[in-house]
Amino acid sequence: MSSLSTTRAPHVPVDILRFNTCGSVDDGKSTLIGRLLYDSKSLMEDQIEALERSADITGGGQINLANLTDGLRAEREQGITIDVAYRYFATPRRKFIIADTPGHVQYTRNMVTGASSANLSIILVDARAGVIEQSRRHTAIAALLRIPHLVVAVNKMDLVGWSEARFLEIRAQFEEFLPRLDIKDVKFIPMSALNGDNVVDPSPHTPWYVGPTLLGHLETVHIASDWNLNGFRLPVQWVNRPNNPTDHALHDFRGFSGQIAGGIVRTGQKVIAFPAGIVTTVKQIWTYDGVVAEAFCPQSVTLVLEHDIDISRGSMLVGLEHLPGSHSDLQAEVCWMHPRALQPGKKYYLKHTTHTVQVAVLEILNKLNLATLESETGASELAMNDIGEIRLRTAKPIVFDGYATNRLTGSFILIEQGTNATVAAGMLLPPREIVKPENGDYVI
Amino acid sequence: MTSYHLDHLQHLETEAIHIMREVAGEFERPALLFSGGKDSICLLRLAEKAFRPSDLPMPLLNVDTGHHFPELNEFRDRRAKQLGAKLIVRTVEDAITKGIATPAPGEISRNKLQIPTLLAAIEEFRFDCCIGGARRDEEKARAKERFFSFRDSFGQWDPKNQRPEIWNLYNGRLNTGENMRVFPLSNWTEMDVWEYIQREKLEVPNIYFSHKRRAVRRAGQWLPVSDILPPKPNEEVRELVVRVRTIGDIISTGLVESPATTVSDIIAEIAAARVTERGSRADDKASEAAMEDRKKAGYF
Repeated sequence: MSSLSTTRAPHVPVDILRFNTCGSVDDGKSTLIGRLLYDSKSLMEDQIEALERSADITGGGQINLANLTDGLRAEREQGITIDVAYRYFATPRRKFIIADTPGHVQYTRNMVTGASSANLSIILVDARAGVIEQSRRHTAIAALLRIPHLVVAVNKMDLVGWSEARFLEIRAQFEEFLPRLDIKDVKFIPMSALNGDNVVDPSPHTPWYVGPTLLGHLETVHIASDWNLNGFRLPVQWVNRPNNPTDHALHDFRGFSGQIAGGIVRTGQKVIAFPAGIVTTVKQIWTYDGVVAEAFCPQSVTLVLEHDIDISRGSMLVGLEHLPGSHSDLQAEVCWMHPRALQPGKKYYLKHTTHTVQVAVLEILNKLNLATLESETGASELAMNDIGEIRLRTAKPIVFDGYATNRLTGSFILIEQGTNATVAAGMLLPPREIVKPENGDYVI
Repeated sequence: MTSYHLDHLQHLETEAIHIMREVAGEFERPALLFSGGKDSICLLRLAEKAFRPSDLPMPLLNVDTGHHFPELNEFRDRRAKQLGAKLIVRTVEDAITKGIATPAPGEISRNKLQIPTLLAAIEEFRFDCCIGGARRDEEKARAKERFFSFRDSFGQWDPKNQRPEIWNLYNGRLNTGENMRVFPLSNWTEMDVWEYIQREKLEVPNIYFSHKRRAVRRAGQWLPVSDILPPKPNEEVRELVVRVRTIGDIISTGLVESPATTVSDIIAEIAAARVTERGSRADDKASEAAMEDRKKAGYF
């Protein structure tokens, strides 16, 4: 066994890659994750022991790598994955966060949850079955969520005799519908998760495949540009007022704390404070570690402004370039996540950035047929796991970007009034018009 | 700054600060659970980063089982004082006296009794949200936990009925009596915690570092000898050079033989470790679903 100290070098500045795995029930998803952890030496002796113990009970003596991720007793008994489970491992190059999302009935809801913050999605395909409806659905959801990178893991290649022809056939099946989806980066990898071929170590069975192993790809795929650095946005989370009567410097301190959701901010820069629509200047960028000259997405900061403007939680500070929209009539794609279906006319709460407003759903414009990837009009409701385009009207205008431009200022959730259940994930379409300057002031 | 790039600790930090501020923004009466252990030490620094120069907008809360390491409580009190934070301590002992918590016959462990004690404290102060330092990499049941973990009016966690968490939008809405547990360190690993402690030069209780201690061999572990845990006749007792890797109660925390005297030593030790952090916690070994059961009942 090789030493872990060589695989986890401390002090090395690494970045984080978040990915999720999707496949239908028997595609070997949990096995793949187990294999990644096992072969990258990320498992500890007590975890391996626990695996071996459960092998004696349930696996007929064979280690079942899937037992690593099927965490809850209820799941082990039923042999399913209830919910999104998160796993962590690291190599000298990167730290990885895996969202393991199950493939059974609630898959759309779970996949959207697991994939929403992912840099990369792995779509598992059983080489024997090829592209099935689920594969198309998973790919469509990844495209809808605008996950920057996709890996198609063609698994169980050992069961088709490591046939290159079969691999190319599956690839061609994908390429038939990929152009209809807006995905820029797709990688196809032939593998056997059960035996470990091309997961961490290159396979001797695929001399015809010259690409990286799965881990090799995860370690090197370029993710630095996955954050939006155009158009400064700071949704205000919390007003920072020490109100300290004894300390003069702090007595008048009034800062606006939040996580930068887009772009870069610099001291002296002009910003517009919404919803007031008033232009002011950034006097100071305050952090616990000292005042800084500039800060960028997704850093958390506290801004001190030149003018005393009415700003509270839910306000948004934006830069003068790449202006957002501000409307109460919105159009969005939503994924419905609750057993009680969406009905037009019903009122919900809409949480967008740090702002929660009442909203009425006016109309369902269309529903996505996940089998054909066609949008169909005439839907009277959106049921759990449905994806569709809707029109909404908020009680007050919200300041937003299209989801395609900015995942953080273009996304929202719907909350059912009364039960407080999170019922939908929404992606806003681009604003019809952006806010316009008028005489140096901004009308919204 | 010319490179707009955050390393992994900076990413985890900004994610956690965002969550802390969401708590301050969405809840009326939040509390931060502070035990003095390494995870909650990181939580406190993150709270400083989220809220300074203001005072922390929430008190610190600790449930004292009465079986704490004395070094831990000393550190807890001192650190709270340094930060000028309000510290609320509720004891299992007191909860037993008041009849809030009832020990199972013959059971010495206070672990399960933390649950009613915590729930009573939540009720007493009408806390609607408690921030805790639990991490998903600690344990299988925690791997399924949300950042915002909804609890019903009995404090229960229902893993099948969790609110989906999408992007960084957390739904903190509650009805009367319900409350939220929030875990800003969800995505942190044991290694991240120690690297953060190193980067931020945070003080930790001295029992994390190598020291001499009398230990008794029990169920494959070295447990610290104390008044509550005297060795039985025939049991092997030794004076060892040890440290704790994770801190539970003094009767269930396995000691690790270690020469580590600095945070760097600890990081090197974890990098080479062959067992998980919770491998040294007897409370997790009760059954394979021990944590799952405790969480459903209202535990963290």
